[in-house]
Amino acid sequence: MLDQQLEGPLSSVTGQFPGARRRELTNLFMHGLLLLVMIATVGVLVWVLAYVAGQGLKYLGPEFLTQTPPGNPSEPGGGFLNGIIGSVITTGIATVLSVPAGAAAAIYLVEYGGRLARVTRFLTDILVGVPTIVTGALVYAVWVVLFGFSGIAGGIALALVMLPLVIRSTDEMLRLVPRDLREASLALGVTKARTILVIVLPTASSGIITGVMLAFARAMGETAPLLLTALGNDLFIELNPTKRMSTLSLQIFGNAITGFKAAQARAWAGALTLVVLVLLFTVAARLIARRSSVSRGG
Amino acid sequence: MTAQTLLAPTDRRSSAGRFSDQLFRRLMAGAALTVIVVLIATTVFLLQQSWPSLTHYGPLSFFHARWAPSEATVTSSKPNPYGILQFIYGTLMTSLVAMLIAVPVSIAVALYITNLSPKRLRGPLSSLVDLLAAIPSVVYGFWGVFALIPALGPIGNGLTSLSGFPVIGWLFQGPFFGYSIFSAGVVLAIMCLPIVTAICREVFDTAPVAEKEAALAIGATKWEMLRVAVLPRSRSGIIGASILGLGRAFGETIAVTMLIGNNVLTIPKGLLRTGATLPSVIANEFTEANQPFHLESLFVVAFGLLVVSLLVNFVGKRIVGRVSAHIA
Repeated sequence: MLDQQLEGPLSSVTGQFPGARRRELTNLFMHGLLLLVMIATVGVLVWVLAYVAGQGLKYLGPEFLTQTPPGNPSEPGGGFLNGIIGSVITTGIATVLSVPAGAAAAIYLVEYGGRLARVTRFLTDILVGVPTIVTGALVYAVWVVLFGFSGIAGGIALALVMLPLVIRSTDEMLRLVPRDLREASLALGVTKARTILVIVLPTASSGIITGVMLAFARAMGETAPLLLTALGNDLFIELNPTKRMSTLSLQIFGNAITGFKAAQARAWAGALTLVVLVLLFTVAARLIARRSSVSRGG
Repeated sequence: MTAQTLLAPTDRRSSAGRFSDQLFRRLMAGAALTVIVVLIATTVFLLQQSWPSLTHYGPLSFFHARWAPSEATVTSSKPNPYGILQFIYGTLMTSLVAMLIAVPVSIAVALYITNLSPKRLRGPLSSLVDLLAAIPSVVYGFWGVFALIPALGPIGNGLTSLSGFPVIGWLFQGPFFGYSIFSAGVVLAIMCLPIVTAICREVFDTAPVAEKEAALAIGATKWEMLRVAVLPRSRSGIIGASILGLGRAFGETIAVTMLIGNNVLTIPKGLLRTGATLPSVIANEFTEANQPFHLESLFVVAFGLLVVSLLVNFVGKRIVGRVSAHIA
């Protein structure tokens, strides 16, 4: 009876070690289980990457990267050059729109504070959670209804996806800039605006760039909002952002869901291209973060 | 005198400085306001676009389980051909499957990384799990169709043998052909895993070292230490993490669209059949919506999705507090 009450962590101090063997076995079992789950999780990552690489490498080549898809999707050959260009244009527009606005908003949150800042910070976190297809529907309602499907509409939708991410990461980085730096600058008679632009932002720059690159990578992989805004254009290279435009992600989606083997082969090569691009940006962002002059303690 | 001459130019400069300072401040405040404007605009414009359909059919008439745009006509408003109950069901069920898998796995992974793994592996292991979040949705969907569904075949068929049980048997009615709520849920689990793990990791990291050492000092095994010193105080953090993961699962579009089979006609019988979710029907039909009130009804779906995701994220954020920036 007493033994039972004392079981658990306290029991060992009684000197009796009741159930010590069972406890040791439980410990071993749980240890093994957690390790197994960890391995399985990394295994899934390896599985996805290896599968995409295996399928993608079958077709990925110079032809894929320099040509547009054949007019008839069942035909073999061709590539996603128009989609790659479209991705660069739409994500580029998104970056140009979202980064200045996002950085400015973050400056307000950190450097000025107050009620508006608190509300904005909370709502930024909420905005991150808004499904991107809903963002696409918003841009459809305010832009596409008036001006039609276009690369610009796609860029605006992606900008709205990037905006809260840029605000959040910039916010974090600015808060890591030591107070002393600001005070030293202000004490020299430099105005607050100049202090922020000349002292605070450059100090946090590599961290901010990291955040922007991660947001960029995220936007590049988005498909859902583009379906409702850029629409896609599988036939030719479109450089005019006021026209409907294809992106890499849209072309992967469009070609993957056809039943044609040739189209799926192109889609796999596209998927591999997209994964490589996204991972390059993600890893590069991490490396820049590591060399940052201000850093998160860990 | 000297003081005066020194002060005068400084004064003038500082007033000019004050003016540009004010302008700068206003600009920054304007940028901060865009966040609020975007959220309000999303609500207003989605409501505005769905308004014709909402007023034509009446908001409550959408709560039935048959979506048949081809039966819509310009004049008749009864019955409403745009029932969305099956999409709500599909969204809930795919997310439920995802959470049932992702939450225990995330807890295990986060516990392993924070407390059991060798110190030098902690960083690399965290980065690897985070990489799962970097892979685009469309790639997960494509991989899911060709690699995951074949692998899930035996599991799905095994689950159909549970269909004999009362109550839960309904969920596991066969046959299992691959495209299903279950398959979509498994991919969703993989996609939600990084965010839930990342939050759990931060939560577990806040467990006081003193209590962990105390537990070990009185002879607790490592697992007992986790059970008495780490897990109990992490409960609300885990719940918050799960809710945020749920928010992610609700809104995920493309991968689910590729895997769920897009059956919009009725509530599917169980988890192993084809279905549809709120986002998947929008992605599927939006650009081809040509029936009366079709597009407007898709906006009703989008508005519903927005409201749900705002609620879920609001509650999740309240519980978790602030989550750091690298958890996108």
